[in-house]
Amino acid sequence: MTVQISFTLNGRPTSVDVEPATLVAELLREQLHLTGTHIGCDTSQCGACVVHLNGLPVKSCTLLAPALDGATLLTIEGLTGAPGSNQMHPMQEAFREHHGLQCGFCTPGMLMTAVALATEKPDLTEADVRHGLEGNICRCTGYQNIVISVMAGAAAMHAAKGE
Amino acid sequence: MGNVIGIGAAPKRKEDQRFLTGRGNYVSDIKRSGMAAGVFVRSPHGHAVLRGIDKSAALASPGVIAVLTGDDVADDGLGSLPCGWGITDAKGVPMKEPPFPMLAQDKVRFVGDMVAFVIAETPEQANAAADLLKVDYEVLPSVVGVLEAIRPDAPQLFDDVPKNICCDWELGDKAAVESAFKKAAHVARLSLVNNRLIGNPMEPRAAIAEYEPGTDRYTLWTTSQFPHVVRFLMGALVLNIPQHKLRVVAPDVGGGFGVKQFHYGEEAVITWAAKRVRRPVKWVASRSEGYVSDRHGRDHVTEAELALDETGKFLAFRVKTLANMGGYLSTFGPNIPTNLYGPLLSGVYTTPAIYCNVKVVFTNTVPVDAYRGAGRPEATFVLERIVDVAASEMGIDRVEIRRRNMIPKEAYPYQTPVLVQYDSGDPMGCLDGALVAADVKNFGVRKAASASNGKFRGLGYSTYVEACGLAPSRFAGRLGARGGLYESATVRVHPTGQVTVMIGTHNHGQGHETTFAQIVSDKLGVAFENVDIVFGDTDRVQFGMGTYGSRSLVVGGAALSKATDKVIVKGKKIAAHLLEVSEADIQFEAGKFSVAGTDRIKTFEEIAGAAYVPHNYPLEVLEPGLEEQAYYDPVNFTYPGGCHIAEVEVDPETGTVTLVNYTAVDDVGTVINPMIVEGQLHGGIVQGVGQALFENAVYDEGSGQLLSGSLMDYCMPRADHLPMMKVATHSTLCTHTPMGVKGCGEVGTIGSPAAVINAVVDALSHLGVTHVDMPATPNRIWRLLQNASLPVAAE
Ligand code: FES
Ligand code: FES
Repeated sequence: MTVQISFTLNGRPTSVDVEPATLVAELLREQLHLTGTHIGCDTSQCGACVVHLNGLPVKSCTLLAPALDGATLLTIEGLTGAPGSNQMHPMQEAFREHHGLQCGFCTPGMLMTAVALATEKPDLTEADVRHGLEGNICRCTGYQNIVISVMAGAAAMHAAKGE
Repeated sequence: MGNVIGIGAAPKRKEDQRFLTGRGNYVSDIKRSGMAAGVFVRSPHGHAVLRGIDKSAALASPGVIAVLTGDDVADDGLGSLPCGWGITDAKGVPMKEPPFPMLAQDKVRFVGDMVAFVIAETPEQANAAADLLKVDYEVLPSVVGVLEAIRPDAPQLFDDVPKNICCDWELGDKAAVESAFKKAAHVARLSLVNNRLIGNPMEPRAAIAEYEPGTDRYTLWTTSQFPHVVRFLMGALVLNIPQHKLRVVAPDVGGGFGVKQFHYGEEAVITWAAKRVRRPVKWVASRSEGYVSDRHGRDHVTEAELALDETGKFLAFRVKTLANMGGYLSTFGPNIPTNLYGPLLSGVYTTPAIYCNVKVVFTNTVPVDAYRGAGRPEATFVLERIVDVAASEMGIDRVEIRRRNMIPKEAYPYQTPVLVQYDSGDPMGCLDGALVAADVKNFGVRKAASASNGKFRGLGYSTYVEACGLAPSRFAGRLGARGGLYESATVRVHPTGQVTVMIGTHNHGQGHETTFAQIVSDKLGVAFENVDIVFGDTDRVQFGMGTYGSRSLVVGGAALSKATDKVIVKGKKIAAHLLEVSEADIQFEAGKFSVAGTDRIKTFEEIAGAAYVPHNYPLEVLEPGLEEQAYYDPVNFTYPGGCHIAEVEVDPETGTVTLVNYTAVDDVGTVINPMIVEGQLHGGIVQGVGQALFENAVYDEGSGQLLSGSLMDYCMPRADHLPMMKVATHSTLCTHTPMGVKGCGEVGTIGSPAAVINAVVDALSHLGVTHVDMPATPNRIWRLLQNASLPVAAE
């Protein structure tokens, strides 16, 4: 038995039929072919699957697809710079600039968490960032360059807004 | 014209764009037409006789395509998983090497051992059917600890392996060590455990296999650090598939750390199954499945003794280790606690006599194999811990005792008493740099400040050397390697002057697409953006041994450097022909071929174009085209080293250890891209800090259950566990690699566990604490503190 759900995905109206037990991470990856959202664990620990649901970061591996009905969802594929430009988001640029990634597997989830953190609080301290990334595991970078990237990305996001 | 980017520059990484935008291509992202889903049924018991498997209910379950077991493997006459190293004991007797079937046959030997593969239309259907499989187990007692496993009455895993000892290995001059101990003014003794670890790359393992009946060819996409080795081992030794009919692809891989460098049974089963069911089959491990099937690391129990004279000079070092192999021999398993451990016990010191005995032991646990550093962190940990013990017992400052024993810079090349010869290094320089960078001078002030807050502060040192750039084939062959360990690279110059490099190493976070492009850009004067690096596909890359043991730049980069040199030689021939001079008169510099002493030049692009337009070529002496290949087999290992200093604060109320400062000065030889090297150092250090403070794979003795079987029970370092670290390089150049590089991927993990534990012990030394086993969890420290405050401490 499937149910039909309608939601806004990366700015576009989307309607799909899903099994009620489908997880959002699976829906994105298997049915909608958006494989940027990764699955790194089965216990909601790693944060590789973080997306924005109605503007808030959530772990899409623990969210059932029917919960999306009527909602707005943003995934890594929808994260871009200024509308109409083909630039990357300032947070993506900051991760590139400060070597905030190695294998890239944790990166989409890190970026989604980072953007949410920076949106919530304009002047992030190192402690804020470290605390805010608690739910995202990276095995490669030792976090140092991620923390630096998030602080730089947050500053760039707010500078852009100020203009 | 774009930018030429040189060696030593730090361009942003070429590979980042796709990862940052969610467009990486990992195995689990790949879909094939008609693809079915496979799941492995794994043993829930640590040790059991496999009495029989009833497939009927599973086969009748909706969507099921096939259920395959060890009997099917046996019926098809397939081989078992090969071990890549054959070690021998002191008398030359080879190790015991029981078969490692791809699906269990007579017995299961660890929780997670594979008993069946279920294939269905969807993963949900495969999982549902797997639950219906009836496996009849006769449960036997399990043994998981090495001390227990070698007891005469211990459960025995294999009938022909008494006391579960695979090999009783030794290295060094036992008699010389014994006589030195007799003369010693002081002997320091230490028993320690090097805890079992789980690699946890963030991408779980996965594989897809496809068989094309039209061409009789197989393709396997797998999360591997060495696709060519998988092709070789699986094709030639397990499934009997001719090499040219088997393509192995490792696309973007989300971290490896060693865990993805073995040939796994899953890869063989799925490839074999794809032909049996004539459908592409995909398997993606869950994280929890990874815990009971990814190869584990470390797991040593060690007794060490260091003999010193009255001035604190090391006279001899003796180490006895029991190394856990788990239930079977994995690809490099027996090589890790022997060849990659014993020879590093010399460290950066002039200890004249060393003896090491390692008993390699089977237990009912996941097979143990190489994990970041592999053998070398274990050696560094025991050595750097016992040096601290000796210093404190003899009342010598910990830095001073190290200085007194360090190999001076001028003494390189330095032959150790345990096989290896270090070509270059400067341990004292690294130590001096680290002392300044860590502001050791003012440690007392910081300690007093902690004390006024009721906290204990400690400082810990670790100096180390590693052997990497695996490996010289000749050396490895003598030590029991069953393969060579060279690397290959092909440089293909297109008619436009753009370059594609095909290389046998594998990029899974190390930034090869950037570093290798820099080497080509630097050497050929080609724009950085005009160089493309191809790896991870046996159909596109001729051959290679993959990425592990910090070998990519050291061995692969050297092959690439040699191949580029050949391109220049060929380019000179073409230029000489075009400019009508002799080849000896052509110079190549900054992307231009010129006639020496004139302004007559041909650019690299012009030569590339002309190579493919051989009008009027003297074809007898000059072939068209511009593509060169090189193989490189090093003459020695490389020996990165360094000094790490950790500073911790212990809260006696809770036992919590907080890492407050961390400083590393590492000698990694020539640095091609400092940004990438720094990133590798950060990541490596944190993996070592993880071992020292958080990570531990714990088994239940008797049942063989893995108690730390998910990210909920196995504590991974997170961002808020760590301070900003200070890392720097203090490099001496490797004397035998073409660019002077030494490797940097593992140094952090090798140096850090001892630095952190030495700091913890320092923080608690006033309470009489002399050793803390890893991980130094709050619980372990709190218990220690409770005991320390008892009167016993006053003795
Ligand atoms: S996959 Fe969602 S938290 Fe790990
Ligand atoms: S970059 Fe590999 S896990 Fe974070």
